[in-house]
Parts: sequence; C-alpha cells; structure tokens
Amino acid sequence: MTKLTLSRGINEGLRKALENDPKVLIMGEDVGKLGGVFRVTDALQKDFGEARVIDTPLAESGIVGTAIGLALRGYRPVCEIQFDGFVFPAVDQIVSQLAKMRYRSRGQVSLPVVIRIPCGGGIGAVEHHSESPEVLFAHTAGLRVVACSDAADAFTMIQQSISSDDPVIFFEPKRRYWDKAEVDTAAGVAGALPFDQARVVLDGADVTLLCYGPLVRTCLESAAAAREDGRSVEVIDLRSLSPLDMDTITASVRKTGRCVVAHEAPVFAGLGAEIAARVTERCFYHLEAPVLRVGGFATPYPPSRLEEHYLPDLDRILDAVDRSFGY
Amino acid sequence: MTVESGAATTAAPALDQPAPDTPDQAGEFIQLLTPEGERIDHPDYPLDLPADDIRSMYRDLVLVRTIDTVAISLQRQGELGIWASLLGQEAAQIGSGRALSPDDMVFPTYREHGVAWCRGIDPVKLLELYRGVSHGGWAPEEHKFGLYTIVIGAQTLHATGYAMGIQRDGADRGEAVIAYFGDGATSQGDVNEAFVWASVFNAPIVFFCQNNQWAISEPLEKQSRIPLYQRARGFGFPGLRVDGNDVLACYAVTQKALQAAREGQGPTLIEAFTYRMGAHTTTDDPTRYRLASELEMWKLRDPIERVRAYLVRGGLADAEFLAEVDAEAKQVGARVREACRNMPDPPPLALFDNVYAEPTTLLREERERYAAYLDSFEEAAGR
Repeated sequence: MTKLTLSRGINEGLRKALENDPKVLIMGEDVGKLGGVFRVTDALQKDFGEARVIDTPLAESGIVGTAIGLALRGYRPVCEIQFDGFVFPAVDQIVSQLAKMRYRSRGQVSLPVVIRIPCGGGIGAVEHHSESPEVLFAHTAGLRVVACSDAADAFTMIQQSISSDDPVIFFEPKRRYWDKAEVDTAAGVAGALPFDQARVVLDGADVTLLCYGPLVRTCLESAAAAREDGRSVEVIDLRSLSPLDMDTITASVRKTGRCVVAHEAPVFAGLGAEIAARVTERCFYHLEAPVLRVGGFATPYPPSRLEEHYLPDLDRILDAVDRSFGY
Repeated sequence: MTVESGAATTAAPALDQPAPDTPDQAGEFIQLLTPEGERIDHPDYPLDLPADDIRSMYRDLVLVRTIDTVAISLQRQGELGIWASLLGQEAAQIGSGRALSPDDMVFPTYREHGVAWCRGIDPVKLLELYRGVSHGGWAPEEHKFGLYTIVIGAQTLHATGYAMGIQRDGADRGEAVIAYFGDGATSQGDVNEAFVWASVFNAPIVFFCQNNQWAISEPLEKQSRIPLYQRARGFGFPGLRVDGNDVLACYAVTQKALQAAREGQGPTLIEAFTYRMGAHTTTDDPTRYRLASELEMWKLRDPIERVRAYLVRGGLADAEFLAEVDAEAKQVGARVREACRNMPDPPPLALFDNVYAEPTTLLREERERYAAYLDSFEEAAGR
C-alpha cells in the first residue's frame, strides 16, 4: 500500500492499462511532455512513447472523433478533455457518434473509448472550469458515466473503464486531485468492486445520503457532524451515474426511510431528480419524508468569489438532512 | 470622422455581389474522358485500362443509377421513408470506389450508394436504413465500408482516426482510408479538424469531396469564396480538382492519391466537380431554388453517356453488350424492388438490443415491462 493523491491514483491506473494492453492509447491536449494540466498523465509519454501518448491538436471534437476512428481500428483510446467546460465542442461526437455506433451497427461495432473529464468547482477558477455536465451524458443511451471520489477507487475504476467494451465518460473531481488515500498499486482489478456498482462508504441507520465525485468527502464530513447531533447518516458513493445501481440505493432507503441526494450540478433536471423519482417508486411505503435534493442553483456557474455559495457544503447538506427529519 | 468618398473603391464587395473567386464554373480540372466521349491524356495521370475494365465500369454506372431510380420509386410508393439520390454522381463514386484496394477503408456519408456497390454491400442493406428497418447494419470491417453517417462531416474524423490506427499498426501494411463528404460539409468544424489532424499526423487518408454544387438549397458560394480543392494548401497537403462526371479521371486521381497515402506521403484532398441532378432527398423540391437551365446544362455532361459514347465509338462495346447491361439492370432493379417490399419490420423488442455490450438492469426492466404491456393486448384479444 502506498499513499497517493487522486491524480496519482489515476496516473498509476493509466500506467497499468498501458502496460497490460498494447492497444491502449492516451490522447488529449498537453498530455505528453507536460503530463496534462493536472499532471494526471505525468511521465506516461516518456515511458510509452509519442505513438501511444498523443499530444493532439487543440480541438475537442477532433480528439473524440479521431478516438472513435482509432477504436474502429481496434484501439482503446483514453481521451483527456482538459476541463469540463471544454467538452461541449465534442458533444456531437460523443452523443451522436460514440454513444450510438453499437446500436447503429446492430451490435457489430464496439467503441471502447474512455473520456476523462476533470469536473466540478471549488478551485477558484475562471468561467468554464468548474462545470458538472454529467447529466447530459447520463441522459444519453449507450454511454456509461462514472465518477471517482478517491485515489484507491480511481486507480481501479479507470482500469475497469478502459477494459469496458462500452464508451465511458469518466469524471474526476478536480478539487480532490490532491487528496491522498492508501492505494495498493500491486493489486489487480479482478477482485475490485465492479465500476457500475455503488459503494456504501459509511453505514448509518437514520437517513441515506447519496453523492458522487467531489461531494463524497463533503458528505462524509456532514455525516460526522450529524453524528454529533445523534443522527446516523448512511453515505453512499454512487460511483456509476449511468447505469444507476438502484439495488444498493433501494436497500439503503428501505432501511433508513429517508433519502437526500447531493451534487454540484444544478438541482433542476439533475441526477437527483431521476433518483428521487425512482426511489419514490421503489420505496414509497418505506419513506418517512420526500426525497430531498441539495445542489447547484438554476444559474450558470458563478464567478469564483461566489462559488462557496453555489456549491453544496457541509452546512447546506446538513440543512437538507435536517429538512428530511422535519416531515 | 468623415469617410472620404474615395474610400468606397477599396471597400469589401457588397454582400449581394458574388465573391470574386466563386467557383461557379469548373475552370481547370483533371479530365480523361470528355462529355462527348473523347479520350484525352493527362501528363500526370497516364491510364491504360483494359477495355474489359471500362465496360465493367459502365456496367456499374448503369446498375447504380438503376438502383437509385428504383429507390426513388419505392419512396414514392411509400415503401421507403426517404431516399438520398446519387443521380449525377455515379462517376465520382464508381471511379473512386473502384480505385480502392480490398484493404482500404471507406467512411461514407449517406449518399455513397455507388461506393457501397463497389464494396459489395447489397443495395437492399442500404434500403433498410431508408425504410426505417435499421440505422445501418452491415459489418464495416467485413466490407471495409463504414456505416452511413448522417451528421454532416462527422465521419471525416473517424476516417482520420482510423488512418492513425493504420500508422500505429505498422508502416508497411499498404492500407489507406478514404473519407467521403460533400461541398456543404467543408464548412463543418469536424471536416476542418480532420484536415488538421490528418496533416500534422501525416495520416494515410484521401479526402474525397463530391462538390455537387448544392447543399440542399444553398449553392457553393454560400460555403466558399475559393475553389474547395485550394483549401488543402492551407492545411499543408495537396488538393486537386477532377471532373467528377468522368469515371476514368476519378479512378486515376483516387488511385494515385491512395497510393501516395499508402506510401507515407500523407493526405490528399480530391474535389470531384459534379452535380446533384436530383433533389437533395425525396423530401426536397429543387425547383424552389435553382433553374431548370442549370440542370439542362449538366445533362450534357452526364457521367454515363460519355462512357457509352466512348465504348461504342471505339468499337469496345456492341449493341449486344449494351443490351445485356440493360437487361441486368432490369433484373437487379426487380430484385431490389421485391426485396424492399418484402422486408419485414423488426420485432418490437429489438429496439432494446445492442445499446450496451451487455444489457443494463434498466434496459432489462424496461424491456420486460414493455413485453408484458404488449402481451396484455394479446391476452385481452385472446379472451
């Protein structure tokens, strides 16, 4: 076991994938010598060469579109989109091509492409560097959408994503890149939790708190604070946003009778809306309160001096938990 | 500040004036067979095809035009939802399609029926898409022919990525890629990004632009102020213009460009100067935006007539051969018509298939529920 930052955990996972399968490629802007703006691909080009770790021209549609072509040729490209707000030029290639090619071909074409996207706010950045566009992709059939939350999980999830024969949108919580966790880089992924399953990260009895990516740590902190008030919060890291692991969610809510969903993305038409509807259908007679949501407002992402108001923090999540007990 | 009256003479052309270099006429292009059927030489493209090959090209041209005509009729009869006609573009497609080696990979738009024919795709497979029975459904690797792509220009990036894959598989594989697109697509970001990628990675690819003069209702001057082939220079690779209605010239230039790509010389842009003689699709009405006289002019440059004239005048084909081709066209047309009319709809639950490598829990649930819902009608009817 080694203590690694989340960015290093992904880096080690990418390295493993490159070592294990000669068809794996890394491509994106500045992923070569620089190692990516967050250093996630640090030293990979030095060790695996320019043919496999490809500094691309600066055009996101081109990155994803050529990755599709490489996948058609039998490669397994891992694309880096430099920031969440820059994925939009690639949305046509992701939504209209990458997601639909298997369906279009009636199963004759697989596109094992991973698109890594640093996401979320909290780093004091300028506009377009703090977005949470996951629901756009979760709404698109044919894509898998996952979000990692710590170094150990990131290390295995990136490898599982690369092994998947489906296209995967892989969200990385950029403000947690520097958080450290114990990672067993010698371990294989065989025994790891499948990447389409949620993980109960904290057992609890009174309320289920669902989260993913950057808010997992925040929710754990909220749960610790709630414990001081005598409330036992069960925290679930969804990990997979599409498909959703409804079995794990349902089991927890049937136990606790209360459910709060937290995400940075706007609440309106966010992932929490889908979860609330499904939990209501499945757990109607177990619920003590409506499923509540806490997240970003129905505004564009604000200037960074205001982001502490926009982002759900420990207190706003606790407030939502309290409201759940108000019914 | 007051503008001096003399300044007007240096102003940009008014918006209602044609752009100065509008390529409304072919100007110079590579041609080996004139519209009158006269064989001419070009110093850079010596071509010595056996008569059998030219007869065979003629046969392909006639057959794909027949299939196209049948498809338009099938749409009019309600058997197809829509059809995108290749009328007028047969030479560009058969010429370039026949220049491909079996290992070369094709990335088509939705109008490449002639190229599909050259790759051995059953025309009935193409009709599946336009009938609404499937979105595609042939195996791209089996025919080395990608799926039809409807979003304009998106396939040029796939083609470029595929070509980068060929490079990574080893330099001496002797494979190249050809990406088809139209004049309208040259305005798309994806096409321009594909040019950038292909150029900086020196990818083994040929960009084959069928400039058919019209992007639905928009004429070429809405897309470009310069001849399209000249765009290549700005991206750092050669571009050339060929008579897109001359099957021999299209064959020769494509063959040479593919060979250059295979030999590591990087991309080429071919602008095949042709004309969309029909509507954009069967839903379009070209009388609203273009003159009948334009069509009449292009009929004189018909891609098939000139080959027939050349074959007959040179004694390379007799009346019997021409009659055989016509008879075969009738047969193929009848078979396609019959197959289309008899094509069954897919079973309803097939709509849930092939979304992911393995169905997700969500899809299984939705499928089961919908199956039960459908069954409930049958049960009710059975009672």
